Amino acid sequence: MSELLEVQDLQTRFKVRKGYVYAVNGVSFRLEEGETLAVVGESGCGKSVTMLSLVRLLPPAGRIESGQVLLRGDDLLALDQRQLRDVRGGQVGMIFQDPMTSLNPFINIGTQMAEPLLYHRGMSKKDALARSAELLEMVGIPDGVARLREYPHQFSGGMRQRVMIAMAMSCEPSVLIADEPTTALDVTIQAQIVELVKELRDRSGVAVIWITHDLSVVAGIADRVIVMYAGYIVEEAPVDAIFEDPRHPYTVGLLGALPSLGGETGTRLTTIGGAPPDLAELPTFCPFHTRCPFVIDRCRSENPMLEPVSGASDRGHRAACWVDIRGVTEQTGGTVATEQ
Amino acid sequence: MSQTDTLNDRTLVRVEGLTKHFSVRIGAYGETKATVHALDDVSFTVKRGETLGLVGESGCGKSTAGLTLLQLHTPTSGKVFFEDTEVTGLADKEMRPLRQKMQIIFQDPYSTLSPRMTIGNAIGEPLWLHNLATEQGGQERIAELLGQVGLNPAFAFRYPHEFSGGQRQRVCIARALACEPEFIVCDEPISALDVSIQAQIINLLQDLQEAYHLTYLFIAHDLAVVRHISDRVAVMYLGRVVEMAPKDRLFDNPLHPYTHALLQAVPVPNPRQERQREHTVIRGNVPSAINPPSGCRFHPRCPLAFEPCDHVVPEWREVESDHWVACHAV
Repeated sequence: MSELLEVQDLQTRFKVRKGYVYAVNGVSFRLEEGETLAVVGESGCGKSVTMLSLVRLLPPAGRIESGQVLLRGDDLLALDQRQLRDVRGGQVGMIFQDPMTSLNPFINIGTQMAEPLLYHRGMSKKDALARSAELLEMVGIPDGVARLREYPHQFSGGMRQRVMIAMAMSCEPSVLIADEPTTALDVTIQAQIVELVKELRDRSGVAVIWITHDLSVVAGIADRVIVMYAGYIVEEAPVDAIFEDPRHPYTVGLLGALPSLGGETGTRLTTIGGAPPDLAELPTFCPFHTRCPFVIDRCRSENPMLEPVSGASDRGHRAACWVDIRGVTEQTGGTVATEQ
Repeated sequence: MSQTDTLNDRTLVRVEGLTKHFSVRIGAYGETKATVHALDDVSFTVKRGETLGLVGESGCGKSTAGLTLLQLHTPTSGKVFFEDTEVTGLADKEMRPLRQKMQIIFQDPYSTLSPRMTIGNAIGEPLWLHNLATEQGGQERIAELLGQVGLNPAFAFRYPHEFSGGQRQRVCIARALACEPEFIVCDEPISALDVSIQAQIINLLQDLQEAYHLTYLFIAHDLAVVRHISDRVAVMYLGRVVEMAPKDRLFDNPLHPYTHALLQAVPVPNPRQERQREHTVIRGNVPSAINPPSGCRFHPRCPLAFEPCDHVVPEWREVESDHWVACHAV
């Protein structure tokens, strides 16, 4: 696989009344052609802001302070608005969490779906509508021609998300950014959407960045996983390694907090005590140290960098932690228990 | 976890044929009257000290079931018994002493606390309403309650906006505990919280259950959470309970095709298993509760549907001890 997207030292902050919120603090990662990268973290960890920064869709208070976003070698952060428009919806497709608010309720589905095709592909209206009908059928909405005349309220939540996916895929993007696309949906509908995205990915070869807070979904779809905390990437690894050999205490904690459907009953869930830190200042310490069961003195005075972990099965396995937690977790039977 | 001693192995709440229909007006000008069949002929029991999980997708009526059970909605028909008292049809005045024993925790800790009331007052209000403390009194009890849910008793004078979602949910739990209830309806108490905070709240609810012998009706859409916390589980689909069984039996050997489909849809947090797992995805969407399908409400999506399913409502029957199901194909 060759490299499609490379993000280097991305920093984004928001201006607020009292100063700044440091939302993304020096994030670097790569995306290969055709791979699926999952970005995991809790609310406020900077996962959505990172992805919005890639295509510069930040709200007015947000500013990208530094970094590079290279899409096949072109720096997206250096493009002017016009060039950027060609990228958004063209080479980079996006799906958002809430399909209820991502579609315009006053405009019929056909007109909304045709728009990117008219703009990016220079199609005639007639061709664009015909293509849109095909796309609807491709995402599993039968009778596409008739449904193009309908309005968003006539579609259910799952169907609207299918429409969003069809729109995002319409110009054959090389990257699809999916920001919590199944969070607002019921579990059976979530399964339908996950299967749909997998199928489209396998057929078109699009690379997918799947942002989620749900590690269970990640297991089924991702090739590689990035775990974010307080605006930093704290761990990055192939999907199997994240689940089987997690090296950052936060990842271990997230995994322990998941109840399993397989049901080892009567066990207590391990929890991560406390709450994420306030991002009003750039930390000069490990941002996780207040909640971490493995904390050592160094964690309070220096923020660890993301570095390859020792003894990993994969070279791409990196974690930002001063402690090699392997020895410690073995003693406690592989769990991190930090009771409140 | 549940109390297994025989004294406690008694029915605390019994629901018989509970039905709730809502009248709505539909159409652009509200010109058409229609009925939402939110809850239809639902029967189950909750034993003292156990947790009954109630799962289903949005709109299946699981929250309506909880609210109607507590008489926060007036049922259209059916009966609810608490201990041996029939609570359906009781006047508000007669209901009030019973409300001390039956409490509820809601999903969204942001909208259930008044932003203009200190959390001490929010927790104390049920005490005052039920005359368990005077308006000025009860401060000790409030401090004790805060301690029980893992909050600093000094927080009593703070306002909700000073707290995170998880902390607010702890406040809501303290408020539900104030009157020393026996039965708590937990209506999606963790759905609005982050994963690591969810685990904290689940553990807290389990600790409290053990300490105060509480009985829970735990409403949720997350099957893994329900399996973790429940003793028995009931599955709802479009206003009806389709299957109910002890949790291990339900999860390991689901009989109703909907339960089966629901379990298939849950992603497994293990990439190797997930790659090997069979992914049969259930077709279509949940139909509208305004005109629910005739017969078995699941028949339009059911892989096993056959002749009687589209016109005969399947009987709610006990196929083996404590395993109830409503399906013609079982």
